[in-house]
Amino acid sequence: MERLASTPAAIPPLMAAIGRTPLVELAVIREAAPRTRLFAKLESVNPGGSIKDRPVVRMLREALAKGRLAGGRRVLDSSSGNAGISYAMLGAALGVPVTLVVPGNASAERLDRIRACGAELIVTDPLEGYDFALREAQRLARTHPERYWYCDQYSNPENWRAHYEDTAGELLAQLVPFAGGTPDALIAGVGTGGTLTGVGRRLKEVRPDTHVVAAIPETCPGIEGLKPLGAPEDIVPAILDEALIDDRVTVSLDDAIAMCRRLAAEGLFVGPSSGAFVHVACELAARRRLATVVTVLPDTGERYTSTGMWRVSRDG
Amino acid sequence: MSQVVIRIPTPLRGYTGGAGEVAVEAATVGEALASLGRRHEGVLERVVDARGEPRQFVNIFVGGRNVRALDGMATPLAEGDVLAIIPAVAGGGA
Repeated sequence: MERLASTPAAIPPLMAAIGRTPLVELAVIREAAPRTRLFAKLESVNPGGSIKDRPVVRMLREALAKGRLAGGRRVLDSSSGNAGISYAMLGAALGVPVTLVVPGNASAERLDRIRACGAELIVTDPLEGYDFALREAQRLARTHPERYWYCDQYSNPENWRAHYEDTAGELLAQLVPFAGGTPDALIAGVGTGGTLTGVGRRLKEVRPDTHVVAAIPETCPGIEGLKPLGAPEDIVPAILDEALIDDRVTVSLDDAIAMCRRLAAEGLFVGPSSGAFVHVACELAARRRLATVVTVLPDTGERYTSTGMWRVSRDG
Repeated sequence: MSQVVIRIPTPLRGYTGGAGEVAVEAATVGEALASLGRRHEGVLERVVDARGEPRQFVNIFVGGRNVRALDGMATPLAEGDVLAIIPAVAGGGA
């Protein structure tokens, strides 16, 4: 309620509730490197349940300020689910119509929530993968410019700016008591490249030798929300600044899920991309001398119950 | 044995020479995938685990029904059935 009381009347409370997420310390890294401390932003506490609230609220604010949605134009974007939820939630709160192109293999929890918020869903063939949904959104934007404003989280600079100003700004302030505000390394993934580019850029400005690591999933089975960036035909996000990446570390889905289970046993219930980042942090800390490592925990494990990832097999 | 078609998702087409569909002869889902694996090296371990079950975040559908809700790898196949291998979504996240 305190948050609400201090919210300016013009900003819907949902928007004001985004960000300022807790920083949690993960003791799991000490097994790999007893002297390393790992800190992570717990992004599932955002009202949309994921880190995606940050870029989406910023992109929508900018669009509204510039009159992009005048005349009842619909916000259009592609998403593997989490951004779709943020768009649907904020669109409903702001009275802005939203259309999302989502591949049919996005988890059922995501599709249900997007529908519940009243967004229009265009579900593409799951066999064709995420890039097909992205191309379909581009096609719709091209052929119906009067109907849609294409937000395009892959090339909208407000995406990385949200992480540069807010995610990284919060991180630096929260780290002051622990590491003087500057970590040795950042672990992030690449979906749109927004987190890695925004946080990585800010951290390197403060401390140029910050080691920025991209966690790269296997091609199949992949990790929801993360791009393998391996095949030449893969779409590389326009906002991704690859020059910021010092190291690419491959992580398998099995390793990511094993880490999710480890973290759950310590009370932290997070999704596979979080498990992937923490796994990579532990691997990196085992082979490099690092005092402080930071990462993000993009979403909650509850968003994946339908996938069976939490089901304990009968034979252990 | 039935003639069936396996639909291949984009992340696995690197193993099938770019083919989006592979036709095989098989009596069950397990046999169909084994046949796919014999023909295209590297693809099977992406789809099934060491116990021969579908890997986590990989779903196999027969005519729109997930084999996990049927008889798993023992699910019988009829002439003309279409199998689809559907992995988790990649991209668009953090």
